[in-house]
Amino acid sequence: MSARAATAAPPSRLRDVRGDFPILRQPANGHRLVYLDSAATSQKPQAVIDAISAYYGGLNANVHRGGYDLAVRATDAYEEARSSLAAFTGAPDSNGVIFVRGTTEGINLIASSLGALKLKRGDTIVVTAMEHHSNLIPWQLQAQARGAEIVMVELTGDGRIDLADYRRAMEKQPRIVAFTHVSNALGTINPVAELVRLAHDAGAVAVVDGAQSAPHMPVDVEALDCDFYVLSGHKMLGPMGIGAVIGKAELLDAMPPYHGGGEMINVVKDTTATYAPLPQKFEAGTPNVEGAIALGAAIGYLRSLGMDAVFAHERELVGYALGKLSAIEGMTIYGPLDERAGVISFTLADIHPHDLATILDHEGVAIRAGHHCTQPLMRRLNVSATARASFYVYNTEEDVDALVAALEKALTLFGLAHA
Amino acid sequence: MPDQPDRALEDLFQELILDHYRRPRNKGSLEPHTHRVGLTNPSCGDELELDLVVAGDTIADVRFSGRGCSISQASASMMTQLIKGKKVDEARALAERFNEMMHGSAEAARDKALGEARSLVGVAKFPVRVKCALLGWNALEEGTKNSH
Repeated sequence: MSARAATAAPPSRLRDVRGDFPILRQPANGHRLVYLDSAATSQKPQAVIDAISAYYGGLNANVHRGGYDLAVRATDAYEEARSSLAAFTGAPDSNGVIFVRGTTEGINLIASSLGALKLKRGDTIVVTAMEHHSNLIPWQLQAQARGAEIVMVELTGDGRIDLADYRRAMEKQPRIVAFTHVSNALGTINPVAELVRLAHDAGAVAVVDGAQSAPHMPVDVEALDCDFYVLSGHKMLGPMGIGAVIGKAELLDAMPPYHGGGEMINVVKDTTATYAPLPQKFEAGTPNVEGAIALGAAIGYLRSLGMDAVFAHERELVGYALGKLSAIEGMTIYGPLDERAGVISFTLADIHPHDLATILDHEGVAIRAGHHCTQPLMRRLNVSATARASFYVYNTEEDVDALVAALEKALTLFGLAHA
Repeated sequence: MPDQPDRALEDLFQELILDHYRRPRNKGSLEPHTHRVGLTNPSCGDELELDLVVAGDTIADVRFSGRGCSISQASASMMTQLIKGKKVDEARALAERFNEMMHGSAEAARDKALGEARSLVGVAKFPVRVKCALLGWNALEEGTKNSH
């Protein structure tokens, strides 16, 4: 297996950011911590940690309610975070940005509410075989509840969406098509604009799981023309428990509310209610104000680095890693060699991924081993688990070298090292 | 040349364990069987199915199938060797003993009745891996809970 380095010259270099992430200063099992699990969750820069502290130290009040200065300032800061996120993702209207707990809740919101609006018995929902369970189970639940059918689009041998199979699925005139922008297990970058266009031609609503793309590359939802784009704050340097659905306002307006409660209402009578306009219609209850504001700080930090530079850095790193890893005897790398984000899934000889993870952990190298919440994909790869290294802004070639050295140690332990 | 791996890892992946991982004993399924129990570890995807032929109160035959890490596979393999020909109650007592060893009991680790499975004592130092070592034994306990 050969690896290809990043071809295009980076538009600008990413500065060395490691010093901004206090968690990386701690040792791990007596070694420097080499954190290669950012696809699971990212570490946080001091700016984000400070934003959380500053919120509770000087701004905390419930939003959209109180008539006093503190509440007004908290509301302003919360709404400013919404505007930042809209600008960051190219959303034309910040009223279409709904704060949720994360991608999982976001997709459940869309599935439930869009399902109520669109799905009848016998309708088709299309997903792909590389979806995270969070972009599969909500659709399964809808299909079961409404008598709809799930069609799963197959993948090519190198882990891309099989476009011929995708086109065949569109012939079923699905009501909803849901797919990921970037595979969390393979790193595959899907051709979202083309997939959305084909979905729209078939009359479907296109839902894009952006959990693995928003953190790593410039995203413009208007250019992609997707109807919904969903992201998680904690994977993009923000805190856990905050994320967003970025949807087209006309669809969100037509959809029924997801959760009922305070803040999402207009007039409440004994047995009925009218609902607040967007975005409050979908934000029942006290929102995660601290999370939204800290996500805003994460976005500010990412913008200061430049998303082009972030993307270029990861492409360069993944090219370097693919070169080093593919030189190891017994290495199998899954997924495409190009059009890949900073995720590398692999297996090494007959060493089970969990054994690899244990050995690597002893060397201070944190990777993920398992099915990565993609059991249908694992079944197609004919493995029960893979090891996965994933990269972000704070990773360096030195981290890749530490990974490679630890893998060599694993080979030694399993009696597979060559003299 | 990489550094010598440290002692805890060497214990965890010692030759006997890797031998059972690579050449599992009593691997496969039994038809007919009197007991069959499948267990999965949903957090990691490991799967294991244990077949038993119990005649009277004795485990006359045992096989296991499935896939998983070296620890889960080697532990299940060692268990099948140990329980074949034993009375169900004895096998269950061994499972209890093994469980104690996985939770740090030095006394259990000295118990020769555990046979080759004593080589797994080092797993107790890796708390996230204890569930791997217990998968086969849990299947045994689950499958025989109404048979003793």
